[in-house]
Amino acid sequence: MRTRIAYIASNTFREAVRDRVLYNLIAFALLLSGAAIFVGQISIEIEKLVVINLGLTAVSLFGIVIAIFIGIGLVSKEIEKRTLYTVLSRPVRRWEFIVGKFFGLAGTLVVNTFFMAIGVFAALFYVSHKFVRADALILVALYFIVLEFQIICSLTLLFSSFSSPLLSAVFAFSLFVIGSFAEDLRNFASMAHGFSRWLATGAAYLVPNFSAFNVITSIAHEQPVAGQLILQNTLYALFYATMALSGAVLIFERRDLK
Amino acid sequence: MKPRQKTTMVASACLILSLAASSFLLHRIDRLRPQGAADDALFLSSPKVIQRASLGYDGLMACIYWTRAVQYFGFRHHYFATSYNQLAPLLEITTHLDPHLMVAYEFGTSFLAPKPPHGAGEPERAIELLQYGIQQNPDSWKLYYDLGFVYYMELHDYKKAAETFERGSHVPNAHPFLKVLAAQMAQHAGEYETARMLWSATYQTAQDAQIKENAVEHLRALRVDEDVEHLQQAVTRFGERTGRLPASIAELASAEGLSGAPVDPDGHAYKLTPEGRVEIRVPDDFPFASKGLPPGYKPAPKYHQLQ
Amino acid sequence: MPAIEILGLEKTYSVGFWRKRLKLALHPLSLTVEDGEIFGFLGPNGAGKTTTLKLLMGLVFPSAGSARILGREWTDPSVKAQIGFLPEQPYFYDYLTAHELLEYYGQLSGVPAKQRKQRVEHVLDQVGLRDVQGVQLRKFSKGMLQRVGIGQAILHDPKIVFFDEPMSGLDPIGRREVRDLMSQLKSEGKTVFFSTHILSDAETLCDRVAIIHKGELRGVGAVEDLTSSVQGTVEVIWHGSQVPASIKALGAGCHVTGDRVRATINESQQDAIIDALRRERLRLIAITPVRTSLEAYFVEKLRRAETTAGSTK
Repeated sequence: MRTRIAYIASNTFREAVRDRVLYNLIAFALLLSGAAIFVGQISIEIEKLVVINLGLTAVSLFGIVIAIFIGIGLVSKEIEKRTLYTVLSRPVRRWEFIVGKFFGLAGTLVVNTFFMAIGVFAALFYVSHKFVRADALILVALYFIVLEFQIICSLTLLFSSFSSPLLSAVFAFSLFVIGSFAEDLRNFASMAHGFSRWLATGAAYLVPNFSAFNVITSIAHEQPVAGQLILQNTLYALFYATMALSGAVLIFERRDLK
Repeated sequence: MKPRQKTTMVASACLILSLAASSFLLHRIDRLRPQGAADDALFLSSPKVIQRASLGYDGLMACIYWTRAVQYFGFRHHYFATSYNQLAPLLEITTHLDPHLMVAYEFGTSFLAPKPPHGAGEPERAIELLQYGIQQNPDSWKLYYDLGFVYYMELHDYKKAAETFERGSHVPNAHPFLKVLAAQMAQHAGEYETARMLWSATYQTAQDAQIKENAVEHLRALRVDEDVEHLQQAVTRFGERTGRLPASIAELASAEGLSGAPVDPDGHAYKLTPEGRVEIRVPDDFPFASKGLPPGYKPAPKYHQLQ
Repeated sequence: MPAIEILGLEKTYSVGFWRKRLKLALHPLSLTVEDGEIFGFLGPNGAGKTTTLKLLMGLVFPSAGSARILGREWTDPSVKAQIGFLPEQPYFYDYLTAHELLEYYGQLSGVPAKQRKQRVEHVLDQVGLRDVQGVQLRKFSKGMLQRVGIGQAILHDPKIVFFDEPMSGLDPIGRREVRDLMSQLKSEGKTVFFSTHILSDAETLCDRVAIIHKGELRGVGAVEDLTSSVQGTVEVIWHGSQVPASIKALGAGCHVTGDRVRATINESQQDAIIDALRRERLRLIAITPVRTSLEAYFVEKLRRAETTAGSTK
């Protein structure tokens, strides 16, 4: 079972790596980090700030695009092209397929983030000619970005387990936007009354909370991140991804592959 | 059990457990960074940048920043915070995103100008905000009213207040009391009368519940202040007449020909200390009262004080 | 022990978005396939052949009924290691090479790592794919993909293979090769269950066939039993644009297309028509026995189904 998940994951990874779109996106992200150097030069004194802000934002945004772009096709494309038939007619359980796909996609994103992060650090080194201790905070921001990717991956899998690629992409992207304002959503909910308050609070707790993962701006200002936040964000991402994956498994187990 | 049923059961259990765990963690993360969303304003305080970043969805972003401002203030006020340094940027961002969001200006008037813990203690920024608001909405008499209010209440600048009320009274459809206010400012008419009028007007015209509540608190405190002042004068009169202090508030009341002991807005009788000072029973219930407080009184912090 | 036992398997789909209607895709189907036989599953397009195969593969879930494969419940995961499946018009991960694809499927089927490489080579050779090392499947032709598909189905040396339309997309040589392969699988002791709408394929290969139409089983039996009552005919093709009177007199049904004439005639008249052509100095192109026997049975079955359906209306 574990080995089959690993085989599916590594095949998923291989699929992503052989996709030309991936390279275009990574190249674009690196380009943006590089461009930060020139933008920074225009505004003196905040060179480093611009490089960190723009670089990390590029990593995050392009990662999200990659996650959604690849994630939506993982299940629905296999159904559409009927490649899934030859997989599921083997001793592969449907949940193993979902979990394997998740790890493959998550792994792809970790590797992508690694390469994009090198680009950010290179740009940073170019402008400041040295690394200081505070730069280690960038690693925390990158770690949070990776956690964010795990949640996005699980959500795209959830959506693609029951809907078409295009709809899945729309759903996943909307949830990403809504999730970025999750704290505000909970604020709205706490201002409502009665039944609608329960409804709004429920919804606010169900959407992924990306607000707490976005520490790019505060890191650019060398604000430290609490160790507690790192721990709790990690656990949160873990549980949220598990939840979405369980949902995906429950739906996929029941689905007729017409 | 069939393998598929087993998978269903395990997945359902995982779903429920992880939903519970993630909600619990979310709750803790929120407590860990109570002002998470508002923190942005610390670094991204340029309204122009935010306006561009909102990609044309200014109205929505204004609403978001407006709730952030309200939540930020409400949360900190609840804990008797001693500073509200992000309130001004949050309101400035809100009004830049949507210059016609009147409630934001009102909020600024009520909570930006007063001193902590009741406000941010930044009357200058409140004035700036209102002047910007007037520039954007020259036809809104309410903004003139708010600006005059800040001049009068916080800065005690009667001249500027009178000017502002006067200018506001020329706006089409302006409320008639602006003219009255302008006149009262000019003649420094009875302080209580003016203050009561201002707070009542605020109460009647405000859209936001928090602002209304604030106005009510001020009106209650005004009545307490006025009562205590009158009673204290009665104590003095009593002393002059009898050569001693009244033994109780009841004695004072009967000497003044009042029916029964005088009570505060909550229905509690005022009390008379052996030294002859008139005091309120529960000072914590009147956060804005300036008279009738025990010597050295400080409001009890509810939980812990935020910096 | 029968290889496959289908016990009242039934499938209804609900169609429509707002107002759900039930569509019966497969009437309760019961069928037994014996160990070691080549079993043909015949029917026109849309008859329910693919639905049946998907039900057996666990890709769709039945509304009712069950099945046993190799004596075990068909949903039992251990059954899956013993079966191979070729879907209709297979399409594979086009970023992989044939070797990589088969390697991956070998991993999933639990073929031990040591034997995998050798199995892959062997199977590729068996399906006639040589010199495809390093070529991604996106560059494969339809026929080559079909071969890869057959390869993946037999890769893990399964006891039963399920082929959905294995001949489609293949050229005549390819079809022959697949037919030979199926016979070879049978000689290795495997059970072959395949669906087709091409009758001649079934006729030459199958020990037994089942005929399905509109989701309903119309007949099952050995090919000889089904065809014995019908006599053979031949198709004669020659160069020309007219049908000589002497040939018409033989009672041949003729069609002229361009410069070719096709005539179908009873087998007993075969020599007579050749003589006639020779006399008329017409150039003979081909004489092929029309294996209409199974087809005739098939057509008759379908026609009867239509009329009963019509009469109940």
